[in-house]
Amino acid sequence: MVGSQSNSNPARLPALGFRALALVILSILLMWLDNREHHLDTVRHAVGVAVYPVQIVVDTPARVWSWLRDLSATKNQLELENSRLRTEALITRGRMQELAALKAENDRLRAMLDAREQVRGEVRVAGIMAVDANPYRHNIVLDVGSREGVYDGQAIVDASGVVGQVISTGLTTSQAILISDPDHALPVVVNRNGLRTVAFGTGEYNRLSLPFLANNADIEPGDLLVTSGLGGAFPSGYPVAVVEKVTRLPQEPFAEVSATPAAALDQVREVMLIWTRKQDEGTGDE
Amino acid sequence: MSNARALRQLPVLVTLLIAFMLMIAPVPAAAEPFRPDWLALVLVFWAMTVPRSYSVGIAWLIGIVLDVAQGTLLGQHALALCVIVYITAKFHLLMRVFPLSQLTATVFALLALYQFLLFWINGVAGVTAPAVFYWGPVVSGTIVWPFLSILLSGLRYRVQTGG
Repeated sequence: MVGSQSNSNPARLPALGFRALALVILSILLMWLDNREHHLDTVRHAVGVAVYPVQIVVDTPARVWSWLRDLSATKNQLELENSRLRTEALITRGRMQELAALKAENDRLRAMLDAREQVRGEVRVAGIMAVDANPYRHNIVLDVGSREGVYDGQAIVDASGVVGQVISTGLTTSQAILISDPDHALPVVVNRNGLRTVAFGTGEYNRLSLPFLANNADIEPGDLLVTSGLGGAFPSGYPVAVVEKVTRLPQEPFAEVSATPAAALDQVREVMLIWTRKQDEGTGDE
Repeated sequence: MSNARALRQLPVLVTLLIAFMLMIAPVPAAAEPFRPDWLALVLVFWAMTVPRSYSVGIAWLIGIVLDVAQGTLLGQHALALCVIVYITAKFHLLMRVFPLSQLTATVFALLALYQFLLFWINGVAGVTAPAVFYWGPVVSGTIVWPFLSILLSGLRYRVQTGG
């Protein structure tokens, strides 16, 4: 391109080595800035907007497939599903009533204990785009971004438990880390006895590990782990995982505990985002 | 003139776009580590064929886009792509006369270097991943290269004529 007229020998490329070296140095500089602090969020946003149409195109086959499946479902199937959903809704509503009573009771008891008011945040359903993110991590791409008020560190749950949290937001999409990622740690409590610990991802979708439990800790298979709310990112009380196996070796200081996540992490298609922070704090850039 | 030029570049841009889509397209979790580095393969091919028009600059830009799409460290893929495309462009005359078997071996080495750079940067940044995510794409990429290069060779003459 540059200087192509002045150089007639096709074997020689104008200053190729120099350009490569400059770009390599630029890359290192970018990575350093990106790793240190999130100085480059605006760059990410800008490029992210350009990438969005491609992501949409890639996501389309999956969307069309599910649309076609809905379309080709017979009336009988639909009726069956409809009646099943009706029953489910009825049961859920019944449970909700129970829950309302429990909540009122809980609020009253909390007031008596003088505890801080529990804030249940706003919830929004988001779709997971059929786009693969970072191959080295358990990441997902959501079809909502900072335009919808999504913020970094926001908690993500599905119908059965905690899924993960948002790690970076673009304008129209955002990346989230799953709780099964090896770099993810989540403060939890054992629902049965209030024992606090931390659940780490293992890189497997169906296993979390709890490395910091002493050998004599009161934990057994079948215990439900719920979020403790201590980390600040997740509201407390959401189910995380069920303890699967406890191995106690006398010579080791800590027990080996593994748990199965409550949410089906590799199967979810839709998730719920929870707003727990104040709105002005969450969407500071608007 | 400029119209004809744009038309000649079309195959390159389209193949790069398709390669990018294949990089972010969903695959079953079990097949995920064996996704070939489509972008690296296509970029190496074009850098070998038309190094004057497509070399380190476009590789770097595409690397940045890939970094944003995948949420990796900004500059990670850019650097790795830049390095292997530089080597390709530097030795493009040599690589053009290689028989396919020898060229495939060269591509194997380039892919290994590419993954090593990504692994190295991940190590410095503290990102850990199972080893299969590094050697998987090298193996699958080497396997698809002969087919890909035959496919792209069909487009090559359109790009090269007059360029």
